[in-house]
Amino acid sequence: MEFAELIKTPRADNVVLHRPFHLAVEGTLCLTGHHLIFSSRRHDNAEELWLLHSNIDSIDKRFVGSLGTIVIKCKDLRIIQLDIPGMEECLNIASSIEALSTLDSVTLMYPFFYRPMFEVLEDGWSSFLLEQEFELLSSVTNEWRLSCVNKEFSVCPSYPPVVIVPKSVDDDALRKVALFRHGGRFPVLSYYHKKNGMAMLRSSQPLTGTNGRRCKEDEKLVNATLRSGRRGFVIDTRPLHVAQQARAKGGGFEQEVHYPQWRRIHKYIERFNILQESFIKLVEACNDQSHNMDRWLSKLEASNWLTHIKELLTAACLAAQCIDREGASVLVHGSEGTDSTLQVTSLAQIILDPRCRTIRGFEALIVREWLQAGHPFQQRCAQSAYSNSKQKWEAPVFLLFLECVWQIHRQFPCSFEFNEQFLIMLFEHAYASQFGTFLGNNENERAKLKLPQKTMSLWSWVNRPEELSRFQNPLYEANSLVIWPSVAPQSLQLWEGVFLRWNRPSRFLEEAEEERIHIIKYNKELQARVNALRRRLAELEAED
Amino acid sequence: QVEQVKLLDRFSTSNKSLTGTLYLTATHLLFIDSSQRETWILHHHIAAVEKLPLTTSGCPLVIQCKNFRIVHFVVPRERDCHDIYNSLLQLSRTAKYEELYAFSYNPKQNESEQVKGWQLIDLAEEYKRMGVPNDYWQLSDANRDYKICETYPRELYVPRTASKPIIVGSSKFRSKGRFPVLSYYHKNKEAAICRCSQPLSGFSARCLEDEHMLQAISKANPSNRYMYVMDTRPKLNAMANRAAGKGYENEDNYSNIRFQFVGIENIHVMRSSLQKLLEVSGTRGLSVNDFLSGLENSGWLRHIKAVLDAAVFLAKAIAVESASVLVHCSDGWDRTSQVCSLGALLLDSYYRTIKGFMVLIEKDWISFGHKFSDRCCQLDGDPKEISPVFTQFLESVWNLTEQFPQAFEYNEAFLLQIHEHVHSCQFGNFLGNCQKEREELKLKEKTYSLWPFLLAEQKKYQNPLYNPDFSPELTLLEPNTVSFNFKFWRNMYHQFDRSMHPRQSMFNLIMSTSEQNKQLEEDIKELEAKIKQRNGQSDDPIEKEKEEEQTAHPAPVALKSPPCFQKEPPPMPVNDAVRTIEGSNTADNRYSELVSEFSKAEPAMVSLEYGVARMTC
Repeated sequence: MEFAELIKTPRADNVVLHRPFHLAVEGTLCLTGHHLIFSSRRHDNAEELWLLHSNIDSIDKRFVGSLGTIVIKCKDLRIIQLDIPGMEECLNIASSIEALSTLDSVTLMYPFFYRPMFEVLEDGWSSFLLEQEFELLSSVTNEWRLSCVNKEFSVCPSYPPVVIVPKSVDDDALRKVALFRHGGRFPVLSYYHKKNGMAMLRSSQPLTGTNGRRCKEDEKLVNATLRSGRRGFVIDTRPLHVAQQARAKGGGFEQEVHYPQWRRIHKYIERFNILQESFIKLVEACNDQSHNMDRWLSKLEASNWLTHIKELLTAACLAAQCIDREGASVLVHGSEGTDSTLQVTSLAQIILDPRCRTIRGFEALIVREWLQAGHPFQQRCAQSAYSNSKQKWEAPVFLLFLECVWQIHRQFPCSFEFNEQFLIMLFEHAYASQFGTFLGNNENERAKLKLPQKTMSLWSWVNRPEELSRFQNPLYEANSLVIWPSVAPQSLQLWEGVFLRWNRPSRFLEEAEEERIHIIKYNKELQARVNALRRRLAELEAED
Repeated sequence: QVEQVKLLDRFSTSNKSLTGTLYLTATHLLFIDSSQRETWILHHHIAAVEKLPLTTSGCPLVIQCKNFRIVHFVVPRERDCHDIYNSLLQLSRTAKYEELYAFSYNPKQNESEQVKGWQLIDLAEEYKRMGVPNDYWQLSDANRDYKICETYPRELYVPRTASKPIIVGSSKFRSKGRFPVLSYYHKNKEAAICRCSQPLSGFSARCLEDEHMLQAISKANPSNRYMYVMDTRPKLNAMANRAAGKGYENEDNYSNIRFQFVGIENIHVMRSSLQKLLEVSGTRGLSVNDFLSGLENSGWLRHIKAVLDAAVFLAKAIAVESASVLVHCSDGWDRTSQVCSLGALLLDSYYRTIKGFMVLIEKDWISFGHKFSDRCCQLDGDPKEISPVFTQFLESVWNLTEQFPQAFEYNEAFLLQIHEHVHSCQFGNFLGNCQKEREELKLKEKTYSLWPFLLAEQKKYQNPLYNPDFSPELTLLEPNTVSFNFKFWRNMYHQFDRSMHPRQSMFNLIMSTSEQNKQLEEDIKELEAKIKQRNGQSDDPIEKEKEEEQTAHPAPVALKSPPCFQKEPPPMPVNDAVRTIEGSNTADNRYSELVSEFSKAEPAMVSLEYGVARMTC
């Protein structure tokens, strides 16, 4: 298919662009296969707007006489309005955008066409391999091994080819365990707490069914992570009754009789459409400037968004606490083990592991716990808060995770190497990107699409020194401690950087941020100068 | 002195406590825990003491303070508890001004320092700064002996054309004699903010002198013919007042006025609103939705928004339309003070400096008779007179500092400290209800002024991000008052609940870094001077170049340890010291206690907390 077929009117003049808190600009609108490009015709101060079609969440058109207006709502929550003279042009442009922003085939997406303008210093596709992770692990313990049982994606289609499992469990056993777990997602190592040798495992629900099936290999696998005489905790992200109901459909939970050393904790985390609705409501509330105080607060409450944040953080703290304070191993799962499970395991690592608070460590965390672990990005991030489609697989699971990281970041502003912009950037790229990183739903699909060969990795771009400098937190001071956030409602805040980003003038806040950075940088400069002067003085004194 | 007293953690769901000794002094309640940490509570700060029913571990005693600290003691013996309870009741309720702390507080200042301290804020100077007296405005001696209005200051500025009979006539037509006077003069726009109380208009009464007075105010503004009259009350309240012979201006009787209601609620609504807010925020194990709906039901943020909206309206009338504005409410000492002072703060960057803010409070709050004594319950009085009007003012200012982080010379700590002292009764400034009363109490001789003490430690209150060039003189600050900009002021209402604060404070870090930068700049100067001295005449350009080169590419210090380090003052503490993480040290960490709890817990039910997190099996 040629994109040209979809573009009925490639160019329109005298278009007026409206954005909140900006003056309206007149200019030319161009449509290409992947971008909507607007450029003002003023010579002195040409302004350009490039918008990826895949960033467009919804589009509305209306007419007043022959003047058409298109309102474009983006996945990054921005809303822009274009006034296009001429009814036909406007209709053509609107329908082209609609078609181009809802392409079915992944291979037509921009990452397959994007040619980077920068030199690739390091191929991001091979920056974070599990083998490297395992090497690090082997230097502290020899209780684990790298298994290639899933090399052909035959044991678990949503797992990567290699996984880390207890050494004492062989591949045959893993195959049996995979049959006992939903979607073949057998328990694998998610995190090893060096401090006390405790492990966090993740999996999907066990397929116990109504007659209480058991699997000796599964029991052996999870028990292999326990120290003798110690207990472990199973954190089930469903409430008990949901877990019980799941048995009727062949699912279930670990029963005490078969897992006597494990205590099960049900810590409910919302999922799917509930989250998506919550997201939509929150964005609606934030976009309406006319709300009086009562209405704003009740809308904020009704969205339940902050409740989800609190529940998620609590669950992650719980997992972290079991490991760090209780000295117990933890197994986390929900039903499929691809959403709430990953939220909990990755947040727990942010709390426990200082490495995950560095830029590279955080990138590695996302690769390991989200991309390789099979979070279905393509389904979950197909649409954002303005979507009308209401598909049940769409859900802001990853955004919630990022916001929880942001909440912890706010409470420990000096403990993270990256800044808020880094998190916002990840949010944007998960929903629409020129890079192939977040395409596909798991490693299996990515391999089939040949993404590493055909597209550029986000990490190849981000980790270039020029880009990195934008995402560095000047306050960062490495801190090897476990960081326990407060989850009291008074300590949580709306993530303004995402939800109010386009709804309020931000100049003064940005300038203040620059000033903060300046103070820190200036401090380093001054210290260096003082040191240099002291040395110089010492030299002079030595000469005498 | 009572030993073995337990101090309970307010938000802990398990009864975590510190054991220590409780002391009662003449002015303070002191608790020293086993690790020798001290908690001081001033008796005047105590808003309420409550004895709860006896429990197995002792007799619980809950103390609520006006600075929003809440402490929960458990006293082992009921008799001790009863004694403490009675003593605190007596000590926290003072019948006479002379018994207040300010009269016994001795900061070791001599008499001339004391006098100078009181002279630090000079309102005559302030009016001069604004540009009055001038061709249109003059100082009136009408109230020199508090004869016309007891709750106004002696010195008042009025339009030149307002003669004494007009003033007297107008004052008789206004509640408590509070006739229209100048609060702020905007010299570029030649427009004025004036303030007064409601007219005694009833349903139809008129007063020619009062009408003349308003006309005089509008004529004193050469750049605009009309003036605004802002009634800061909700329209219904103002109408209800007419039945009592009070009310509001009838537009038909006054020429060239534009009348406007702005709907700020009265002191009783505000009091109960704060009460509701505190009830919600003080709940243990609070859920997000209960918090948000509680915040909504309390109406607190709605009130703050109403106050700020009114101030924005006022400031815009002056800055955009060059129109003078007359502001009043009922008595003209609560809402009027809020709106006039915030309006001036938006208009004039001087009030966004530390000294300027003191002046603003002295002028619009203290001198114009905001009833601090009644509103803050300094003496044992009518509980219906208590109201957090001044707290709302501070909160509105805080909201502005959040929106304009570089516009204010002072920081949040300054606002909190002022709030602390409004209630502490440690200094004389806020004692009493009006200037006349203060003079009768001879406060300037018998007590000290707060401002010199705040100025002396102003380093603590400086905003490191402050940019004096942020807004040129007399340009309007235009805050965005869309609802989502208003946030719950955690650092005020949970000031003492450390567990809710960020574990690493960006603010403290920036403060100390900025402070350190100043010191380093000094060090550099000093070192450069020493080097220059050493070099003597040999200070040729090549040397300088070398020096610059060195500064551009500094090598790590630790490479050599030059001998001069012993002679030099020790290097400034590196940032590590600043960046210790409160929450992650086991001492401050409320999770640390959980280890034992976790293992003790019943197998069927585990209750944990992270702030308020729980889990169930």
